[in-house]
Amino acid sequence: MSAPTAETQTKLPSGTWKLDPTHSSASFAVKHMVVATFRGSFENLDATLTVGEDGAGELLGAVDARSIVVKDENLQAHLGSPDFFDTERYPELRFASTAIRRDGEQLVIDGELTIKDHTHPVEARGTITDPHETLGGAVKIGVTLETVIDRTQFGLNWNAPLPKGGFALADDVKLTIELELAQADGE
Amino acid sequence: MRVLGIAGSLRRDSHNLRLLRAAAALLPPEAELVEFTGLKAIPPFDEDDESAPDVAVQQWRAAISEADALLFATPEYNHSIPGALKNAVDWASRPFATAALRNKPAAVIGASTGMFGAVWAQAELRKSLAAAGARVIDRELPVGGADDAFAGDGALAEHDQQLALGEILAELLGDARVHAAA
Repeated sequence: MSAPTAETQTKLPSGTWKLDPTHSSASFAVKHMVVATFRGSFENLDATLTVGEDGAGELLGAVDARSIVVKDENLQAHLGSPDFFDTERYPELRFASTAIRRDGEQLVIDGELTIKDHTHPVEARGTITDPHETLGGAVKIGVTLETVIDRTQFGLNWNAPLPKGGFALADDVKLTIELELAQADGE
Repeated sequence: MRVLGIAGSLRRDSHNLRLLRAAAALLPPEAELVEFTGLKAIPPFDEDDESAPDVAVQQWRAAISEADALLFATPEYNHSIPGALKNAVDWASRPFATAALRNKPAAVIGASTGMFGAVWAQAELRKSLAAAGARVIDRELPVGGADDAFAGDGALAEHDQQLALGEILAELLGDARVHAAA
């Protein structure tokens, strides 16, 4: 008899997994001036992954739009204005998954992303770790996700023509989410 | 060969003054960059004062005339040229036929703390200088994120930007040689 081969894990770890905010981040990157890349992030986010015994999971996430951080404070103010996130009217960005597929470490999540009053389906790809007991006894999993959205679909329309052709800011924005999720108490 | 460097910001430690100094370090031995320091003293342009312009205006026009080429480093205020710099260009564009700026080789570069490196101010300054009769190089050097744009030795930290600055200076000096020979 040959030794059993390890099966690729396709089931999500059951339970309720809540965000550890100090070890999680939501960031974005967009091309500007045609060739350079501009990056920023949101400081405050929340996420919960709920997985039933059957392995079916749902990921819900929210980001405080007012917690945007970029290097240039003038731009930070501009990003909060109606040209971009209009944080006075739309203080939160939201995500709700519609389907989660796991193949070993690989993770694909379909869901609905809401920015301002625009909701569109997105597919995010990334990785997931198995549960791991960390310092202090908490059981945690790590999830990373990445997707590219067209910001103009979400009402983030600002742009300006460059003097020598092209536009100041690209439409495609790469979103990167890194989540450390801890098993909820009592589970 | 004498290059007059004009920083469009009046601030003592301005990023654009640093940008001019980064440019000065790239000039060949036969060329020197002289910093113009009188921008703040130039009064608002007034046609009534043209018959007897302020001494600051006379010094500005003389500095241009004595230079073989001009190198402007401009910040961007509200997507445009700083007022003091535009005012100086206006004085140096008069009287039109014999203005100090007429036929003078010029290049425009710029730095800003934002992500776009004063690119629109540079475009507007090129437009104004060309309208005043200067021979303006059709190139730009937008240095964004100016707080982090310079290395410890004063050079531009990004290799590509340093190269582009060298190319702009080479083109400016080339134009200045042609102009001097004409």
